[in-house]
Amino acid sequence: MRFNDAVLGLVLLVFSTAITVIAQTSFPELPGQQFGPAFFPTIIGVVLFGCGVVLTVQGIAKWKTVPLIRLGEWAQMPRHIGNVVLVFVALIVYILFTDTVGFIPVSFLILAVMMNRFGARPWTSVGIALLATLVIHTAFYKFLLVPLPWGILEPLEW
Amino acid sequence: MIEHVIHALGLIFQVHVLAVIVMAAAFGLFVGSVPGLTATMATALLVPVTFFMDPVPSIAAIATCVAMAIFAGDIPGALLRIPGTPASAAYVDEAFTLTRKGQAERALGTGLICSSIGGLFGAVVLSTSAPKLADFALNFSTFEFFWLACLGLTCAVVISSNAPVKGIVSLFLGLFISTIGLGVVAGFPRYTFGSTELMGGVSFIPAMIGMFAVSEILRFVTDTKPPQHIEQRRFGNLFSGIGQTLSRYKVNLARSSVIGTVIGILPGAGSDIAAWVAYAVSKRFSKEPEKFGTGHVEGLVDASSANNSALGGTWVPAMVFGIPGDSITAIVIGVLYMKGMNPGPTVFINAPELIYAVFIAFFLANILMVPLGFMTIRLSRQILRVPKQILMPVILMFCIVGAFAINNTVFGVSIMLVLGVIAYIMEENGFPIAPTILGIVLGPMLEQNFVTSMIKSNGSFLAFFERPIAGVLGVATLLVWFVPLITFLYRKRKQAQA
Repeated sequence: MRFNDAVLGLVLLVFSTAITVIAQTSFPELPGQQFGPAFFPTIIGVVLFGCGVVLTVQGIAKWKTVPLIRLGEWAQMPRHIGNVVLVFVALIVYILFTDTVGFIPVSFLILAVMMNRFGARPWTSVGIALLATLVIHTAFYKFLLVPLPWGILEPLEW
Repeated sequence: MIEHVIHALGLIFQVHVLAVIVMAAAFGLFVGSVPGLTATMATALLVPVTFFMDPVPSIAAIATCVAMAIFAGDIPGALLRIPGTPASAAYVDEAFTLTRKGQAERALGTGLICSSIGGLFGAVVLSTSAPKLADFALNFSTFEFFWLACLGLTCAVVISSNAPVKGIVSLFLGLFISTIGLGVVAGFPRYTFGSTELMGGVSFIPAMIGMFAVSEILRFVTDTKPPQHIEQRRFGNLFSGIGQTLSRYKVNLARSSVIGTVIGILPGAGSDIAAWVAYAVSKRFSKEPEKFGTGHVEGLVDASSANNSALGGTWVPAMVFGIPGDSITAIVIGVLYMKGMNPGPTVFINAPELIYAVFIAFFLANILMVPLGFMTIRLSRQILRVPKQILMPVILMFCIVGAFAINNTVFGVSIMLVLGVIAYIMEENGFPIAPTILGIVLGPMLEQNFVTSMIKSNGSFLAFFERPIAGVLGVATLLVWFVPLITFLYRKRKQAQA
C-alpha cells in the first residue's frame, strides 16, 4: 500500500499539530523551572511538522507520476483481501472475547480458521490448531505462569 | 577480573542456563532458516519468554538466538536464493550460483565456519574493549550521555535510510511513543486521554512484537508470489576442502571480521550493512574480481564472517553506554531496563559478573554454532518444507500471547495490532523501522538527561559544551546534523548561479 509522499506529509502535519497543541495547552508548567512535561513533546511536534512540510512538497513535485495511493497486487485478488481481513478479525476477536470465552477456545478457533483459509486441509487445520493451542497454553500457563483466561472452560481447569 | 570471570562461568555453566542456551540456539536456527522470518523477529518472539527468566539466561538466550539466526539465514539463501534474514542478502546470488553448480555443500560449509570465526572475533573485541571503554565512560555525566544518545540516534537515521527525512520521521515517531504515559519529568500523564491503561505508557514488548512480527505476518498474507519448491538431494561432506579455502582466504577472513566488528560498533548499523560492505570490499581488493557473481567462494568468506562479527560489535555501545548498535540491541537494552539492570558503565562495577556472563555466552554461542549449524543444514530440506500456512497462524498466536503476557491484559494485544499496522505501512512507503524502536527505547533516557542537565546548568545551553568530552560529542553531533544541510544549500546556490 504505497501513498504519494504528499498524503503522508499531510497526515504528519495534522498529527504533529495535534501533539504540539495538546502539549502546549494541557500540560502544566512546573513552578520555577523552564523545562516541564510539554518541552520534549513540543520539540517532537515541531520536528515532525518540518518533516511533514518536506514530504508534502516532495510529494506535490511528483504529483503527476506518483498516484495518491497505489495498492499492492494483493488488493486485486479477493483471496488475499480476505486473508488480510482475517488477520484483523482474528486479532479483534481475540481482544474482545478471550476474557469471557477463554484462551483455549478462541485460540483454537483462530488457528483452525486461519490455517484452513491459508490452504491447509480441514482436518490437518483442526488437528494442528488443537495441538498448537495446547502447547502454547501449557508453555505459557504452566511454565511461564501467564494467567491466560479459562473462560467457559473454567470448570475443567487443569 | 579473574574472580568475576569465575563467578560468571558459574552463572553460565548451570544445567538450566545451558538448556536455555541450546533451546534458544535451536529456535534461532529455525527462525533464521525460514525465509521471511528475520533475526529481529526471532528476538521479538523470544523476549516475552525471557521476560520470566533471570538476567543471565535471558540475555544469553537472546545473544545465542541472534547469532544462530544470522548464520541460518545463509541456508535458504544458498538453497532457494531467498535470504533467510536481511544479513544474508548481500551474497545470496553468489551462494545460489554455487548451489546450481552442484556445490551447495561448499557454500553452506564455508558460510558456517566463517560465521563462527567471525562471531568469535566479534566476541573477543567485545570482551576486551567494552570493560576499557566502560572505565572511560565512568567519567561521563548527563551532558555526555545526552550527546551520545543524540549521536547514536542520528547515526541510526543516516545509515538506515536512503531518504533521511523518512528516517527522521521514523525516529521522532518512536520518541513520541516514548512520551505517552506518566512522564519522566514531573510524572504528569501525557497523551493518555484518560485511559488508565495508557498511564503506564506504551509497553515496549507489545510495541516491538507488533513492529517486527505482526508486520511480517501482514507481509506474508499480502504476498502474491507462489511458494518455491526445492530440489531433493542429499548433501555430501560439508567440510571437504574447507581447510584449503580458509588458508587461501585468511586475509579476507581477518579483514572482514574487523570490518564487521567496526560497523557493528557504529550505532545504527548492524549485520546486514556489514555483509554488504565486506562483500564490496572483497570484490574491490580481490585478485580475481571477474569471478564474483559466478559462484566464487571468496565473497562468501568475507560477507559471512562480517555479518556475524558485527553482532559482537553492536553490543559494545549497548553495554557500555546504553546506546544500541542496531534494532536487536535496542531490544536487548529494553530487556535490561525491564530487569532493573540499566545498561551503562556502572553495570560494569555493580554487576561485573553479569557482563562477563554475556561475554562467555557470546563465545559459547559461536562455538556451539558449528555442531548445531551442521545439524540444521542436514535438516534444512525438512525445515524449508514446513508449510507457511501452518507456521504463520502459530506465529501470530505466539505474538498475541507474548504481547498479553507482559501486563496480563489484552491492551497489549491492541498496542501490538496498532503498531504492526503502522510498521507495515511505514515499510511499504520506504520508512525504516529500526529508528522507531530506538526512539521508543532511548526516548525516556534522552528526555531525562536533557532536563537533568538543564536543571544542573540553570537553563544554560552552553553547559552542554563546557565539559571537554561533552563539547567534542556535541560539536560532532551538530556537524552531523548541519553539514549535509549546508552542503545541500550550497550546491543549490551554485546550481542557481550556473
